[in-house]
Amino acid sequence: MSEGTRICGIGHSVKRKEDDRFIRGRGRYVEDVNLPRMLHMALLRSPLAHARINAIDASAAQAHPGVVAVVTGKDLEAHKLAWMPTLSGDTQAVLATDKVRFQGQEVAAVIAEDPYVARDALELIAVDYDPLPAVVDPFQALAPEAPLIRDEKEGQADNCCYRWQAGDKEATDRAFAAAEVVVKLKTHYPRCHPAPLETCGCVADVDPATGKATIYMTSQAPHAHRTLFALVAGLPEHNIQIISPDVGGGFGNKVPIYPGYVVATAASLLLGRPVKWIESRTENLISTGFARDYHMEGELALDRDGTMRAVRVKLTSDNGAFFADAQPTKFKAGLFHIVTGSYDLKAAHVEATGAYTNKAPGGVAYRCSFRVTEASFLIERLVQNAAYELGMDPAELRRKNFIRADQFPYRSATGFVYDSGDYHRALDLALDKVGYAALREEQERLRREGGDKLLGIGIASFTEVVGAGPAKDYDIAGLKMFDSAELRVHPTGKAILKIGVQTQGQGHETTFAQIVAGELGIPPEDVLVQHGDTDNTPYGLGTYASRSTPTAGAATAVVARKLRDKGRKIAAHLLEAAEEDLEWHEDRFRVKGVPEKSVTIQDVAFAAYTNPPEGLEAGLEGVHYYDPPNMTYPFGSYVVAVEVDRGTGEWKVRRMVAVDDCGVRINPMIVEGQIHGGLTEGYGIAAMELITFDEDGNCIGSSFMDYLLPTAWETPKFETYATVTPSPHHPIGAKGVGESATVGSPAAYVNAVIDALAHLGVRNIDMPVTSAKVWEALQRAGV
Amino acid sequence: MYPPPFDYQAPDSLEEALAILAEHGYEAKALAGGQSLIPLLKLRFAAPAVLVDLGRIPGLDGVEAADGELRIGALARHNQLAASPLVAERCPAASAAAPQIADPLVRNLGTLGGSLAHADPAGDWGSVMIACGAQLVLASAGGRRTVPATEFFRGVFDTALEPTELLTEVRIPSPRGPAGGTYLKLERKVGDFATVGVAVSLELDGAGRIARAGIGLTAVGPQNLRAAAAEEALAGAEPTAEAFAEAGRLAAGGCEPASDVRGSAEYKRHVVEVYVRRGLARALEIARRS
Repeated sequence: MSEGTRICGIGHSVKRKEDDRFIRGRGRYVEDVNLPRMLHMALLRSPLAHARINAIDASAAQAHPGVVAVVTGKDLEAHKLAWMPTLSGDTQAVLATDKVRFQGQEVAAVIAEDPYVARDALELIAVDYDPLPAVVDPFQALAPEAPLIRDEKEGQADNCCYRWQAGDKEATDRAFAAAEVVVKLKTHYPRCHPAPLETCGCVADVDPATGKATIYMTSQAPHAHRTLFALVAGLPEHNIQIISPDVGGGFGNKVPIYPGYVVATAASLLLGRPVKWIESRTENLISTGFARDYHMEGELALDRDGTMRAVRVKLTSDNGAFFADAQPTKFKAGLFHIVTGSYDLKAAHVEATGAYTNKAPGGVAYRCSFRVTEASFLIERLVQNAAYELGMDPAELRRKNFIRADQFPYRSATGFVYDSGDYHRALDLALDKVGYAALREEQERLRREGGDKLLGIGIASFTEVVGAGPAKDYDIAGLKMFDSAELRVHPTGKAILKIGVQTQGQGHETTFAQIVAGELGIPPEDVLVQHGDTDNTPYGLGTYASRSTPTAGAATAVVARKLRDKGRKIAAHLLEAAEEDLEWHEDRFRVKGVPEKSVTIQDVAFAAYTNPPEGLEAGLEGVHYYDPPNMTYPFGSYVVAVEVDRGTGEWKVRRMVAVDDCGVRINPMIVEGQIHGGLTEGYGIAAMELITFDEDGNCIGSSFMDYLLPTAWETPKFETYATVTPSPHHPIGAKGVGESATVGSPAAYVNAVIDALAHLGVRNIDMPVTSAKVWEALQRAGV
Repeated sequence: MYPPPFDYQAPDSLEEALAILAEHGYEAKALAGGQSLIPLLKLRFAAPAVLVDLGRIPGLDGVEAADGELRIGALARHNQLAASPLVAERCPAASAAAPQIADPLVRNLGTLGGSLAHADPAGDWGSVMIACGAQLVLASAGGRRTVPATEFFRGVFDTALEPTELLTEVRIPSPRGPAGGTYLKLERKVGDFATVGVAVSLELDGAGRIARAGIGLTAVGPQNLRAAAAEEALAGAEPTAEAFAEAGRLAAGGCEPASDVRGSAEYKRHVVEVYVRRGLARALEIARRS
């Protein structure tokens, strides 16, 4: 075994350190936190989507045995806590005072001695509602006669929550005016939900003696939440400790601050006892951060020979009752303007309008870097339809228009600077692995035979933009999106790494230790990674948008290098050699030309505390705040083959070949796990997941019986491959991979189904592509 | 789970259970496998004063052949029926349906009787019982009665059961000639209720003609439906592709689907047509092999 293998730094499929406790059932989640004298909170939610509140009578609930307190919006108003700011600079009701604006909105809270009593007492609260017409369609919401949803908001005369554009409108319009071919696609990327298996919740513990607020919370961004708590509640920030213990999946759902956290904390403050609040599944699905819900009208301008010229998008987003999207301040439609994708387009323009509707707020980036998923889906669907229009092979059309490897760094028409890529290589590998030519032949044969079975082949060659982000452009609620790492090497050579990001299953405890191993030669098992406790970790904006590796991962590499630089001075002292005569090799400094004369990092660490050179500060620790110079741009090509039953419209995936390029891979096994998870979620979105509403605003999709998640039974078999194109600006060349597959795969699945039916004239089926919709598309095509 | 408060009773005998039901009537609810009732309690959609757990009553989960019938105890679990060679031999439609019910967790606990008594129009067992001409045995403190499956279902979650009665057994007549059957189910994912389900049972006479055809339909009406017109058209006919196609059309014409998130009424009707046709062809294959 070589030394490199022993140290297991970058590129090794080290088994996940965290799995030991998870497999043994010894993970510790918020629900596992039980404190002495703890009370339980349950929330009363609105049964109506839009209604005026005339009165709330909580007296019977208050009198119910075991109930300690009932809190309403009026009570919070007295403390100026009835409303809170959202991550998008809007306001959101904590507990409704004037109106309810979506079904499931928080109206009152019961705090009781046990969770059963709390729920029994909810039924005793009488709310007198005056129903108002519900607005469930964003286009109707934006129409002049629509009922005003945000009537409490000064200066708000309609249901428009933002207007935003990106790109060069004139240049784009010119390109379209001159275009030989224009391909259009109108599609709705439906409202879906991140649906983490652990719902949201908290245990708020405000100590009446010290005033210290310790809040155990299901949070993907504990530091940002601490600051927001300080700003909203007026609590001194040094007296707030947010602890996000093990988190059972986040996928973006645990980025926002929810009313439950605020009410539980206020209740703990007022009652002087810890208060636990844990959502039910239904509460999670109907009230917390949804995803997508973009109505998109895309157009692609091409020459007849297939050269793509420009893309133009008009998009209408359905943001729900409060504009609570989790995204960087500058970008009202997130990073949707990455819609030029993997293609060398000279012009692009995006015009976005957001609508308030009577639906739950909180458009979060569900395993997605701020609306990149919607953009990637649209361009990949447009390209496929353009191929049909031109009579070209969809793979060939992509190849013809890809940004070439020699064009990087590449400035896109909407202003992104793509760091690196080799799109041809990834697509060619995917086509080769899937056996593209043979599949096309079989497709033709089945069409000729005219039976019930059809075959379709779908491609998606996506480019993502992740790792937000450079402080000059990226902030959330004013907080710049850098991230941090603090590394302490103890005298015996064991280390603790503290990071500002927060794992929800990504494997940070392993991969970040591997980064330290790669830079400093301390084996991963000797590096304890800590996160999620704001008293104990340096500041950071949290884990979402595939940003942990691009930001905190970079910070980790840089701080390790800082320690190595200091270590060199100590090593020179120990080896009685000049610093410049030393070379670093894996885990030790060697005297150049005399490799047997060396000291290991462990020797150096010991000396840092026992025998530091004169004039050098003792110890071996440091901290680094990393402001990324650019975003990173992971990419990949996915090819899917599906079989469609013409009789029933059912479709199933026969092959799914995924080639991903996330730059340098820290732990290939974990990368592959991330890809498998994302491909599964992408399949779920393409095939079955949907939060929808009836005309009265009743949410349909409020349990896992209605909100369908794929099980092992439906999940296709995935064949995963990788190419490696390092990021030139990231210290270790990594790009981030948490979301590639969720971003890239939905278009591949949908393209495959459309491809099976393309010869019949079918050009679009909105997701989720259910068998019923396939049949209806066949009906419309006259089959 | 945080259900509303309820009293819990776990009788050791059928007599005791029936006595409790006689005492509490509508206030009581029988708990078998709990795969429908527990979620309803959890969502607080159901709030019975007394929960009567049937789990400790012995002898209600048997599967046996007697007197030209297949007799299945009401507490037989879905998985038990999926694995039963006797069910496979005597009632292939039931054998095909059992492993398609919900998911493995539900099949391990859910019971045949519980599912039938719950009478969800999207439940699978009702269609199988209708297709196979089953008789349902209902017991109360006052005695027993037998109701044909075709008369048991009265509407959405509504059956011939009185609140003081328990469904204790189903009796499926065993075919006399070559026979086959199957259950085809369209679902959005495993564990979902059926978008459409079709149970088919086919019995041939000595000349190879159709002696009896039974067709039950799932999720295309307020209750599990019998495709009576299709059954009648098939009786005595030659088992040809044309006859099966016509049966499909008749079944589709006779059902009453509603448009919902699973699909439009037209779509469901269409799937009934396709599934009746495909189901009959499959049943014929099995019959000819038997």
